[in-house]
Amino acid sequence: MNSRLLIFTILLEAILIISCERITPRVPADDQILDGPIEGLTSAEKTRFLAGDVAFNDEIFTSETGLGSVFVATSCGSCHAGDGKGTLFTTLTRFGQSDDTGNKFLHLGGPQLQNRAIPGYTPESIPAGATFSRFTPPANTGLGFIEMVTDADILAMADPSDADKDGISGVPNYGDLPSFLNPLPNAVPKNGRYIHRFGKKAAAYSLLHQTVNAYSQDIGISSSFAPFDVYSGLEIDPEISTLTINNVVFYLQTLKAPIQRDQNDPQVKQGKQTFIELGCESCHKQTLKTGPSQIFALSNKTFHAYTDLLLHEMGGGLDDGYTEGSAKTSEWRTPPLWGLGLSPNSQGGQYFLMHDGRARSIEQAIEMHGGEATGSKNRFKQLAQSEQADLIKFLKSL
Amino acid sequence: MKKLLLLFMLTIFGPALYGQTDTSFFFTRVKQDSSKLKLNMDAVYNRPFLQMGKLPVSLGGYLEANSSYFSTDGISEGLSFQLPRLTMFMSASIRQRIKFMTEIEFEEGGREINIEFAALDLEFNPLFNLRGGVIMNPIGSFNQNHDGPKWEFVSRPISSTTIIPSTWSNVGFGLFGKYSKKNWVWAYEAYLSNGFDDKIINNNQNRTWFPASKANRERFEESFNGVPLKTLKMAIKHRKIAEIGVSWMGGVYNKFRDDGLVLDKKRPLNFIALDINSTILKDTYLNGEWVWAYVDVPDTYIQQFGSRQQGGFLDIVQPIKKGKMLGWSESVLNVALRLEYADYNVGNFQELGLRIADHVYALVPAISFRPSAQTVVRANYRYERRTDLLRNPASQTAGFQFGFSTYF
Repeated sequence: MNSRLLIFTILLEAILIISCERITPRVPADDQILDGPIEGLTSAEKTRFLAGDVAFNDEIFTSETGLGSVFVATSCGSCHAGDGKGTLFTTLTRFGQSDDTGNKFLHLGGPQLQNRAIPGYTPESIPAGATFSRFTPPANTGLGFIEMVTDADILAMADPSDADKDGISGVPNYGDLPSFLNPLPNAVPKNGRYIHRFGKKAAAYSLLHQTVNAYSQDIGISSSFAPFDVYSGLEIDPEISTLTINNVVFYLQTLKAPIQRDQNDPQVKQGKQTFIELGCESCHKQTLKTGPSQIFALSNKTFHAYTDLLLHEMGGGLDDGYTEGSAKTSEWRTPPLWGLGLSPNSQGGQYFLMHDGRARSIEQAIEMHGGEATGSKNRFKQLAQSEQADLIKFLKSL
Repeated sequence: MKKLLLLFMLTIFGPALYGQTDTSFFFTRVKQDSSKLKLNMDAVYNRPFLQMGKLPVSLGGYLEANSSYFSTDGISEGLSFQLPRLTMFMSASIRQRIKFMTEIEFEEGGREINIEFAALDLEFNPLFNLRGGVIMNPIGSFNQNHDGPKWEFVSRPISSTTIIPSTWSNVGFGLFGKYSKKNWVWAYEAYLSNGFDDKIINNNQNRTWFPASKANRERFEESFNGVPLKTLKMAIKHRKIAEIGVSWMGGVYNKFRDDGLVLDKKRPLNFIALDINSTILKDTYLNGEWVWAYVDVPDTYIQQFGSRQQGGFLDIVQPIKKGKMLGWSESVLNVALRLEYADYNVGNFQELGLRIADHVYALVPAISFRPSAQTVVRANYRYERRTDLLRNPASQTAGFQFGFSTYF
């Protein structure tokens, strides 16, 4: 009896061990998650991607490793859980001016409010006279594709004077390049300024620009690109290696694009048709393409981000009185819609949409559109309930 | 000369070689107290020591080794083998009612070497003993009663290692005592020791993390801020019913003053723990611990670092076969289940008003085989759900652990 019991126990253990992969959690489908590399990377590029992944998601800064002294977050991953959008909890505040004459509050901590501080230090507050706006962190996915859209293609979508009289007049945000940036080979400058494309107001030129600023302004980490202490403004030694910055940039460049789900669902197909008919695609351009890239897997690819990377006037309801670069206070860059349906996976099961997370559903977000998007919004409101549901289902499939 | 050398070798190695087959020649195993009036606080001495002849020195130790295969959200690093700890202990009766005991642990194959306990006990009266040295703060039960061979599970309880940072020991001194009558025993412990530092809110875990203070080796030389950590515990046990312990540990974790300059206000931290163990239905053993932790985190600091934590575990162990198995006359086969939970940030988001998550649940069914009371071979299946701060979909980890732990 004893022997039988033991043999049974040992056999049970053996079966359990052999069936490890069957009773451990399964890998989520690729279209259900945002992280993961683009297809076609070489082994060396995958290694670099992993190094960037670790730096982005796992490296938590402390006061010993350079955090602060004032800051917004302790790591990149704090604001971009699962590489997705952030929430009100991780929203950052920018303050400064309401025109394009430049930020007058840089000496008072602008443009970004560091609302947290390590013990013994006082966080910043918004100075009197400054206007401000709150920005929820965007998703990180597919950014490499967006970076590789040529300036010529962006300009081809622009219509500053609304020449086609459709009520949509997208414009690029032209800005100065910081000293550590070189213009991309296909750049089309205007009066010495370059087309910027990342951020809510399209105030960042490239992923390197965005990354260096985020380390500095969000976490208080100086680098060889921006060797300044965010608290004192004094020049200090880099607190992160240039290699790490470059690895993080590479990681962001090579994060895969979100994969659409349920593409063949009739409701999704109908919703997509409605999306086009309402005129949403005038700004949320379905298809863009990349130019040549040093990363072969990004070169000359067609992708579906649902953005035109241009600024559009969005009406008084979305005018926070604050701006960056040449954007006006009510102008916002068209946010990519890809990955929209997966937003709740990084926003605690809820939606926090629009630039500051004020919209708690896709319907609310549509209804908050004004300015150039007023026509599309009104057409949406006139749709039958089932047609609205189709459209929402399509947007959630992205 | 050769004869002299041979004689020397026989003298030295002869008993040792004989001792390999019969420990009674060289060492004898110290008899354990079987009165069932031992409490968790007695665990430090309640170990199977070996004694050499009539020498007043006892030696012992235990080893833990295991293999594990885990997968998190479908991604596995494969099968790996670990040697989490090799612990050596030694006790000495210096004179009547004066004892010394030390426990030295080699963790992760020797990557870390820690003196977990090294204390002198002076007994003036059973109700009044003085203990000084490196003491294990008596918070909860696991911190003092953590020897691997006593447990049916490969991993240590989450809340007992990440909220209570077991094994949590510090330089300090204090009092303990015990009073027993018939089936009842009551005991207390009270210590002052060095304690935590500001690493608990300045660490690479991105959450309030008490184990971060264990990295500060200077706590064995001096207090981080000059304020002693106070630990109190009271326990009561009925031989046939249960042992219940209530404990508190409190102090200040930040450097509020340096070189005469006041830098900050004193920021306290407090732990309250409840532990219970009992044998019900003849031989079903229950053992549990729950802890609440409170920390004064600056309002201007980031909310990832919470000011409240809580968690605990419950182990249920059921022997299903006792007696002679595979030639071992006193072997036991158990099935066991552990339920555990730890919430690292109890509270609401300032911006959202919603509950902060950052918690973990785990369920661990186990089978263990004890060929003798000192040795356990165990197989665990572990299922764990971790939810991040924002309550995003939980990551799921599951896998197997197989290993042994034995006193020697």
